[in-house]
This record gives sequence, structure tokens and C-alpha cells, in this order.
Amino acid sequence: MTTDVRPGLKPVESGVGLFPAMAAVFMRDVRVAFRQRQDLLNPLLFFIMVVTLFPLGVSPEVEFLRQSGAGILWVAALLSVLLSLDHLFRHDFDDGTLEQLVLQPQPLFALVLAKTVAHWILTGLPLVVLTPILGIMVHLDGNSIAILCLTLLIGTPVLSLIGSIGAALTLGLRSAGVLLSLLIIPLYIPVLIFGTGTVAAASEGSPVAGYLALMGAFLVLALTLAPFASAAALRISLSNS
Amino acid sequence: MWQFFHKLGSPKWFYGIATRFMPWLLASGLLLLAGGLAWGLAFAPADYLQGNSYRIIFIHVPTAFLAQSMYIMMAVAAVVTLVWRMKLADVFVKAVAPVGLVFTFLSLFTGAVWGKPTWGTWWVWDARLTSMLILLFLYGGVIALDRAINDEKSAARAVAVLVLVGVVNIPIIKYSVNWWNTLHQPATFKLTEKPSMPVEMWVPLLLSVLGLYLLFGWLACLRMKTEILVREQKTRWVKDLVMAGRG
Repeated sequence: MTTDVRPGLKPVESGVGLFPAMAAVFMRDVRVAFRQRQDLLNPLLFFIMVVTLFPLGVSPEVEFLRQSGAGILWVAALLSVLLSLDHLFRHDFDDGTLEQLVLQPQPLFALVLAKTVAHWILTGLPLVVLTPILGIMVHLDGNSIAILCLTLLIGTPVLSLIGSIGAALTLGLRSAGVLLSLLIIPLYIPVLIFGTGTVAAASEGSPVAGYLALMGAFLVLALTLAPFASAAALRISLSNS
Repeated sequence: MWQFFHKLGSPKWFYGIATRFMPWLLASGLLLLAGGLAWGLAFAPADYLQGNSYRIIFIHVPTAFLAQSMYIMMAVAAVVTLVWRMKLADVFVKAVAPVGLVFTFLSLFTGAVWGKPTWGTWWVWDARLTSMLILLFLYGGVIALDRAINDEKSAARAVAVLVLVGVVNIPIIKYSVNWWNTLHQPATFKLTEKPSMPVEMWVPLLLSVLGLYLLFGWLACLRMKTEILVREQKTRWVKDLVMAGRG
């Protein structure tokens, strides 16, 4: 049914169940990403560089960095997820793979979810892994770093999920990158507020379970609603081209 | 009922109705707004705490009110666009989004002007100010997306999806901003402890809000009519209309 244009795309037979199809889409995205490793590295380098700008641009004092370190890391992570979102559907859109995905018998939102999860594993998760090192560089204490990693672990998938809506809406438009940021940044604000708020509460010694639960609620909400919106947006963008 | 529904979807029918209602909307809107503003600005008693500077409330509150309710109206229209593919709903969204942007900006601007004498600063990262600022960004995003997509139908549906995503987010944003603000800076100022306004103050306020709503209705009709003419320029009735206007 499909002719492979790019390596790694296995035809999914119509008899295949939902979860195998999702797994196939996921595995394919991971495989394609590892064949273009530089694309994987770029958001991480961007993350590190943005964090570096703050001590240089604002103040290298330990006190300042300790106070705003969590916020700096969160904003940098948010920007670097935003930067990587353009890749989420772009290549598949350019070479027609996306149209094949839409034509699959499996519901589109599930396949979009699989792609988004792959996107998070490839960009969000590495950011979380890098965070402790950068956390030490901005003089956060051990407890704060642990909480920060936890909030990023819950928060970055929300960023990927919300971002997938914007990526789908701006697919195939000129100057899609800037437009994507304009659309998505206002929607990222709650995640940012609660992410940094959790760390601030932890450093004051107040309990953080409630904040983490709220972030978990964001994740569940995004997980249930965002794939539907992205799938709808993808259909619109594809009918546009 | 269904006939009415189909009629409502017809741009030509709407064009006729809007043309008939617009003078009434304009006249009553201007009358109410002028009455409310004159009463509020000149005759209402001065505030015991803020003196005369509070009088900007008669402009500030109506614009803020409309800026918020316009987004909700847009969201309703977005549902109609996505579910029933009704042309008029999408014309409404397209026509109203810039108006919403301007009103949000006006409410922020008048708020800043009011803030200077009352709080001693143009801008405070207060929850309400911040959430209005985010509303401004959302309007900006809607307009930018609409301008970026060339195809009319895709633009309509893409914008509808964005408006709906935004409307799901607005309560979350508002709530989180409230929470954020109360955590970091427990009110260093009090919004003059919202006095239960005397009648001489809230009646003119109500009048200006209603007047501005009516004026907005007029403006929306005007912008929708223009948009309809552009979209339907190849149809017979628009050609007839133009020829009749010329002759």
C-alpha cells in the first residue's frame, strides 16, 4: 500500500491492531531520528547555550543564580522544546509520509500521540537528563535539582503535546517557526508557572505534593485532549496543501 | 427552526438583515455610550479615596468586559464553524479578532493610565493584568494564523481549532496566574478595597457597557458585511448590488 520513500517506514497492514500500529510509528520516528543525529543534538546545545547567557548577561553572582536558576532552566527548556517542534511533522509532511499516516485505518489521533511521545523521548527526556549538570552550574542545591528534574519530567511531555497542536496548525506555512512560537507560548504559561512554582516551594521547605499533582493533572489533560486537536489540525493543514 | 438555521448560514440573507439593523445598533449604541460617559465623567460623584481619577473606570471596564466576552463569542462561532461549516461563523471570527485585539489593548492601556495615579506605577505583574496581556497574545496568534494561511476554508478551520484550544486554556491560564501572583507577591497594594458602588456610579457604568456592546454589534456587522462582499464578489447578488449602487 505504501511505497517507502525514506528508510525505516514499514508498511502497516490494515489488519494490524491499534497498539502495534502506534508502536510501529513510534519506532520509525526514533529510527529516523537516530539517522540524523545532529538534529537530536541541536535542541540540547541550544538549551545549554541559553542557560549560559543568563550568568553572562544578568549576573554571575551565586545568590542571584540560586534564586532564579530553576526559572532560567525552565525557560531554556521551554524554548528548546519550542525550537524542536518544527521537526515534529515537517519532514513527514514534505515527503508525503504524513498523508499515508492520515490514510491509515487506525485513528489519526493515536498515531499522532505515538509521534508526540517519540518527540518527547528524543528531545524532552534528554533535557531532563542534562538538567542536573546545568543545575549544579547555576548553584542549585541537591534537593532543588531533584525537584526541578521531577517537574521537567512531568512538564516537558505537556510542552510536547501542546506544541504538537501548534506544529500541526502551522504545517506548510511560510515563516512557520515564528508563527508557531506566537501561537504556543501563551499556552505554555501555566506549565511554566507551576514548574518553577514547585521548585520555589521546595526551596522554602513547603510541601510540593499538591503542585506536582496539579502538574500531573495538566499532563493527563494534555494527553487526553491535545492528540485530538493535533489530528484535526493535521487534516486541515493537509487539505490545505 | 431548521429553515432559520439555513437562512442564518446564507451570507446574502445576513447582508440584508445587517443592513437593516445597523442604523439602529449605531444610534442606540452611541446614545447609551454618550449618556453613560457624560453621566459618569461629568455628573457622577467623585470617589472618596481616588478623587476624579477613578472616572476612567467608565472606559476601562466596558473595554475589558468586551475584550473578554468577544473571545467567548469567537469560541462559540469556532464550534459552529467546525461542526456545521457555517460560512457566517467563520466570517464572524475573522471580523471580530482584530476588534478583540484593539479592545484588549485599550483595556490594558486605560488600566495603565489608571494605575499611575492610583498605584503609582504604570504596570504591575498582577494576576488580572497578566491574564489580560495573555489574552492579547491569544488574539494576536489568531490574527497571525489567519493571515498566514492563504486558502480561505483551511484558514477558517485552523483558526477555529486554535480559538478552541485557547478557550480551554483560558481558565487554566487565569487560575495559574492568580496562583502565581498570590504566591510570589502577596498584594502590596489593594485595589481600593472594591467599594460597593453607589447607584450614581454603577448606573452610568452599566449604560456605557451596554452602549459599547451595541456599538460593537454595529462594528461587527460592518466588518462582516465587508468580508462577505470580498468573499462573494463573484456571485450574482453582489454584482447586482454593486451595479445598483453605481446606477
